[in-house]
Amino acid sequence: MGVEGIGASVVRKEDRRFITGKGRYVDDIKIVGLTHAHFIRSPHAHAKVKSIDTSAAKDMPGVVGILTGQQIVDDKVGNLICGWAITSKDGTGMKMGAWPAMAPETVRFVGQAVAVVIAETKNQAKDAAEAVVVNYEELPAAADIRAAIKQGAPQLHPEAPGNVIYDWTIGDEAATEAAFKAAANVVSLDITNNRLVPNAMEPRAAIGEYNEAEEHFTLYTTSQNPHVARLVLSAFYNIAPEHKLRVVAPDVGGGFGSKIFIYPEEMVALWASKKVGRPVKWTGDRTEAFLTDAHGRDHLTNAELALDANNKITGLRVKTYANLGAYMSLFSSSVPTYLYATLLSGQYNIPNIFAEVISVYTNTTPVDAYRGAGRPEASFVVERLLETAARQLKVDPAELRRKNFITQFPHQTPVIMAYDIGDFGASLDSAMKAIDYAGFPARKAKAKSEGKLRGIGLSCYIEACGIAPSKAVGSLGAGVGLWESAEVRVNPVGTIEILTGSHSHGQGHETTFCQLVAERLGVPISQVQIVHGDTDKVQFGMGTYGSRSAAVGLTAILKAMEKVEAKAKKIAAHALEASESDIVIENGEFKVTGTDKSIALPMVALAAYTAHNLPDGMEPGLKEGAFYDPTNFTFPAGAYICELEVDAATGKTSFVNFVAADDFGRLINPMIVEGQVHGGLAQGIGQALLEGAVYDSSGQLLTASFMDYAMPRADDLPSFKLNHTTTLCPGNPLGVKGCGEAGAIGASAAVINAITDAIGNNKLEMPATPDRVWHAIHG
Amino acid sequence: MSTIKLTVNGKAVSADVEDRTLLVHLLRENLNLTGTHVGCDTSQCGACVVHIDGRAVKSCTVLAGQAAGSNVTTIEGISKGDELHPMQLAFRDNHGLQCGYCTPGMIMSSIDIVHRHAGKLDEETVRQELEGNICRCTGYHNIVKAVLDAAGRMKVSQAAE
Repeated sequence: MGVEGIGASVVRKEDRRFITGKGRYVDDIKIVGLTHAHFIRSPHAHAKVKSIDTSAAKDMPGVVGILTGQQIVDDKVGNLICGWAITSKDGTGMKMGAWPAMAPETVRFVGQAVAVVIAETKNQAKDAAEAVVVNYEELPAAADIRAAIKQGAPQLHPEAPGNVIYDWTIGDEAATEAAFKAAANVVSLDITNNRLVPNAMEPRAAIGEYNEAEEHFTLYTTSQNPHVARLVLSAFYNIAPEHKLRVVAPDVGGGFGSKIFIYPEEMVALWASKKVGRPVKWTGDRTEAFLTDAHGRDHLTNAELALDANNKITGLRVKTYANLGAYMSLFSSSVPTYLYATLLSGQYNIPNIFAEVISVYTNTTPVDAYRGAGRPEASFVVERLLETAARQLKVDPAELRRKNFITQFPHQTPVIMAYDIGDFGASLDSAMKAIDYAGFPARKAKAKSEGKLRGIGLSCYIEACGIAPSKAVGSLGAGVGLWESAEVRVNPVGTIEILTGSHSHGQGHETTFCQLVAERLGVPISQVQIVHGDTDKVQFGMGTYGSRSAAVGLTAILKAMEKVEAKAKKIAAHALEASESDIVIENGEFKVTGTDKSIALPMVALAAYTAHNLPDGMEPGLKEGAFYDPTNFTFPAGAYICELEVDAATGKTSFVNFVAADDFGRLINPMIVEGQVHGGLAQGIGQALLEGAVYDSSGQLLTASFMDYAMPRADDLPSFKLNHTTTLCPGNPLGVKGCGEAGAIGASAAVINAITDAIGNNKLEMPATPDRVWHAIHG
Repeated sequence: MSTIKLTVNGKAVSADVEDRTLLVHLLRENLNLTGTHVGCDTSQCGACVVHIDGRAVKSCTVLAGQAAGSNVTTIEGISKGDELHPMQLAFRDNHGLQCGYCTPGMIMSSIDIVHRHAGKLDEETVRQELEGNICRCTGYHNIVKAVLDAAGRMKVSQAAE
């Protein structure tokens, strides 16, 4: 490793623009003739739209146009779709209800748009929106899973009787049943996985721009995957053909999954720019973000674990109801199925698993992937069950886990996944050492003498990342391939541009991807530029989510690099009159091994472009592309341990220590990896202690601002102790596994296991607010 | 409409704005100083923090008219030419930012925190003082490190002046 190569904690190249206020986010962009959109949104969770009266509004100052749901239907703009087909256990397909970008007839959640006002200024659009009169006929609403599956519940979509989208199963039901019959002990747990709001700090925004002369559209948008946005907008929503649509995702202020999806507002901004003949900008405010960004989690689960007399796990049975909200968001169907139930084996050798997942519609904001996406829910189920089992069997929770760890790899679980490698014992050892697990009983006793309730909680998570082998996900219902593409351009002067389909919105790709080039060619990262986020520049890409950018995106770059290097070696060999096999690349030079002959990269590049003296038959230029499709998922895993104290008088929780030991395979930039873990832990701890979207029974979102929804703040969190253990991923040449979601996947179970240990009551739901903890202590 | 005159980053400026215009919108829309961000609509997140007459203020809580005649400093105004402010350097060196959206507000708040505590800061104090700035990416771990690091750097740079 060089000072800027793989494994070096290089300070980020992109930081200078952010720390000087020169970042360029969508709302920072101004275009000549720009107009501003403000959406008129339903105040009801379920209602018929009887009429929309725009007569008073349309003549108000600055109004350029008012467009309604009927117009978007009349223009044959496609309904929003879910791109992952799930088949129910009875063989029928999932029941997708129609979701027009603006509702012409029926609204099904508070905040759903029915019309949009476009005006010269944002304030003028807001003022005119106040003058639009929408007449609704309220309908009864089903605001949560229990209300939606009740006999006689309000029905959301005619396509989905009983509000059931699918009833899906995985695993061997009969074998699992037999395992439970033969079990020495059975542990059962009811679990609520609370609904979360992603809340990237930059609200979503979009600018649509139509060029009439060229019949060409441009969309600037807050996207994690601009090419996917272009594909969906053209192939399914009929707004513009792919070759006449450019999608630009410039600096994007966090995503966490919520900016994967193509939302109504982006569709409308683009469509409306042609309707009104002016560029249209929409920037969401925070309340709109709460109401319309896809939410995360929201499961009700019963889970049971079967163990034999030696405390070996023999079976796991899970039944989960998943709330997908009022409509099926782009990848919503896959989250509680293939991203959830396939991880229910956790780190353990469980011979029999059966899971049933019933996804339902409710009159709430659509739910889709949020950091971890199904894997936090799975990890929480498994790790709460393991902890509960240890308490019920009166054995040490670390020992029960260790006894059941998978130790032989590869390991085929009963739920599709084939774990390639890992060392779960090593992670657990590392975390236990870091927190001085052996010394905990003495610390607990001391705390007790001081009137404090101290607890310790473990969580040994595993996740499937590097999403994903295209053929495999295609066979499971995915509507897209999940490869990644890259292009490496060596310019005539020897500087290098990397064009990648991955998108950086905080992950630091502009640094880490350069580190690969520095490692391979020995050039400083200042000579390398990463280009991403623009469909006119980058050939194609599937974007950034599912901790895939290193394992899939960076591997695609590596594949393109290998092609560039091979060609450059041929040119160098020709110039140096040496054999191609004798050429090695060191410190930016192509050298003939065993001699002092060499040629610098810029000279090779120049030769490639002047083409005056190339090997016979060689094409000029030094630029190569690659598509990389992974052969398997990657399996990051680790052990988190939380030690905390609870004040019995107030129910307040205080952290004593939080340690993480992760195995991400090879680390490209340890500083950035640790930053990713910190952020993930904060979101996992936020779920455990603070965050929760609350609807009242009529479907009003009570937590629709930062005043009401408890975001983790600096004084809610501890500093974290991070450790790494390493098994290199055999599935990709870099040996990387991905690190973006781990913290959010593993942290919440560690916290809840610790609190329930401290208070001696296992019944505690997330978020474990002081009120809930106090009641769990005092009844 | 009113004409608002104020000093921003050392320069006298004036802008014609509606009376309901917030300072943050004057900065972003009229002066094109887009480093100051809007992250919420309830004055909770702190992405819009600027300095008014040397004190950290959420520029979404201030009408542009209220800032008339005052001296406003934004994220674009804290470096001296190419020489970055010690707080900017500390955020970069400690990886105190990821997506960058909350960063300008974090830096402006943090400079004020160091000034108010005369450099005498510990982790707990920094965490309490950052209560009004929300970050979704970093888990605050490296932001806290950055502020403590910058407190030392700012002492050194003050001593040098």
